Amino acid sequence: MSKTLTIARHELLVTLKRMSFILVTLAVPLLMLVGYGVYQGVQHWYRPSEPTVEVIGYVDQSGRFDEYNNQIGATFNLYPGEEEAKQALLAGEIKEYFVIPQDYLSSGSIIRYTKERELAPPPETMERIQDFLISNLIGEQATPEVLDRVKTPMLVTSIMLDESGNAVENHSPFVQFFLPYIFAILLMLSIFFASGYLLQGVSEEKENRLIEVLLSSVSARQLMVGKVLGLGTAGLAQMLVWVASIEVFIKVARVNIPALSDLSIPSNILVLGIVYYILGYLLFAVLSAGIGSIGSNARESQSWSGIMATTAMVPLWLSAVIIQSPDDIISRVLTIFPFTAPVAAMMRLPLQSIPAWELALSLALLVVSIVFSMWAAAKVFRTALLMYGKRPSLKEIVRYIREA
Amino acid sequence: MNAVAVSSISKSFGKVEAVKSVSFTVESGEVFGLIGPNGAGKTTVIRMLMDIIMPDSGEIKILGEPLQESTKNRIGYLPEERGLYKKLTVIDCLSYLASLKGTSPSVARDQAKGLLQRTGMLPHQNKKIEELSKGMAQLIQFTATILHAPDLVILDEPFYGLDPVNTKLIKDMVAELRSQGKAIILSTHMMNEVEELCDRILMINKGQTMLYGNLAEIKSRYRRNSVFVATDGDPGRIDGVVKTQDHGSYRELLLDSKTSPQKVLASLVSRDVVVNRFEVATPPLSEIFIRVVEGRSE
Repeated sequence: MSKTLTIARHELLVTLKRMSFILVTLAVPLLMLVGYGVYQGVQHWYRPSEPTVEVIGYVDQSGRFDEYNNQIGATFNLYPGEEEAKQALLAGEIKEYFVIPQDYLSSGSIIRYTKERELAPPPETMERIQDFLISNLIGEQATPEVLDRVKTPMLVTSIMLDESGNAVENHSPFVQFFLPYIFAILLMLSIFFASGYLLQGVSEEKENRLIEVLLSSVSARQLMVGKVLGLGTAGLAQMLVWVASIEVFIKVARVNIPALSDLSIPSNILVLGIVYYILGYLLFAVLSAGIGSIGSNARESQSWSGIMATTAMVPLWLSAVIIQSPDDIISRVLTIFPFTAPVAAMMRLPLQSIPAWELALSLALLVVSIVFSMWAAAKVFRTALLMYGKRPSLKEIVRYIREA
Repeated sequence: MNAVAVSSISKSFGKVEAVKSVSFTVESGEVFGLIGPNGAGKTTVIRMLMDIIMPDSGEIKILGEPLQESTKNRIGYLPEERGLYKKLTVIDCLSYLASLKGTSPSVARDQAKGLLQRTGMLPHQNKKIEELSKGMAQLIQFTATILHAPDLVILDEPFYGLDPVNTKLIKDMVAELRSQGKAIILSTHMMNEVEELCDRILMINKGQTMLYGNLAEIKSRYRRNSVFVATDGDPGRIDGVVKTQDHGSYRELLLDSKTSPQKVLASLVSRDVVVNRFEVATPPLSEIFIRVVEGRSE
């Protein structure tokens, strides 16, 4: 056992000293600092030059819209015809105008003209036009109070109830969509960096023929377990640095960025995150060790591990499905299938939708596949490490597993 | 107790029989030569000794027992294909490899410094392996092999690529190990090194044992009745000399079965020939090697 730990310690120290590892670990906190700095900078230096009261032109072909021209945030100028409005637009007197057609009451259609290039009509402008139209439509029949209510009919608070009718801790939409995404990505990054190093290390030792010297001192199993442990510890440390810096950042930045005020990583997600991290890492690390021992050089092995990484990314590609319908069959399958389980589970957890049995099944299947992979990989590892030149075919690999 | 006791080991890779029923022993305090042409199965035998691959049949005992982790700690192995951690410093690499043999880090560092001093590599202890020349890296790898004071040392082509000074250094260190009672297995094709260092040898070809036993005894078995002579001037015809072969700096005189080397010496001296060299010829091991491989009889 102690030789395994010697190997683990060695791998850990070598990894921690690697420049690329240090850079990636520091990248997350640094990015947040930079983002924060940019945000602050923008707040201080950028003064929007837009006037708070817009002037919007309009042409009324229906004849009903000639009052309530002063709304909150906008003044509406009536033009006798489209030609005049267009001239005013081209002359720069107004930034936009819209036309209310004769059949507006039945069709509801409004045609808007502007010189600005827009991705979508600005929401404030739309609101103000809407206010204007509403005022004109029912202004006569309604009291000012009712009129205001029609303009903003609801300010909603949604509360989710659990099975026993108690109110559940409500997360802001930000947490629901943003956080799992980020967390899942960080999880994946960390797993793949760590198992990437493992693969690289094994391939290099094989390429350098160091493997013979190592195998004269330790068994193949000790070597594999030691490496997996050492690199796993490094990866875990990296994850913890990231999580800690996110928490610290949120607490500090909360003062200045109100949007972050109710953001935090709930503790159950954190704990499960670490569990999934460890299990996900073990699975991919063990497979990486096996792949690294088969390939005859580092580059070849890396392309194989790339395929593994891509499967794990599948939940990210399907994130729209998972987030919108977390109980969908696709989401369920992704949570249970060991390769995609860590990421999918991380995405579904904040949405409060994984029943306990599914979670248990997902974790159990992960553990089973880890055990199986370790057994198979150790056998392949032992044999393939000394095979140079010819890459073994799939049949041969199966034979190694049966023989060794 | 023999350092190594191998009985009837065999190994096949698919259809190829790499090693066929090979048996030998190695004693403590001897240098054992494992020789044979390329592809003969030497490296396969060594890997089976090291438990890197498992024999299909037969038994191997190292230091009295089948190989276990504790015995691995008492073996030093220098593989034919050299390799060290390129990015580590000399001293770190040596310490790590020794720690995998169960040596404590502080002991390993002290031993390492001692050996580095012996090989003249101490000034380079903090350099990265990749900064060393090939010959220097080989010395480091040899150092790594013996650093943990193993009882059995297996050297696969240790002299490959070394200059004469370093070759002598390694030879001296091997002789020291032998005098300390260690067992050394030397696998190589450099026959002159084998002749200088080895006490007993095993020669294999195509996975089978060709020659096995004491080197001097084997050489005398292959001896033809001949003498090596170097004289001032031509000694002229000598009775009993059937054939003369010129080897450049000396001549080989093949004698008939009735004539002994002593008679030839006496005959030369009586004729007042200045004799610079006279040697009862035992064929060089390289010649025996070729003869055996080509299947010629003794």
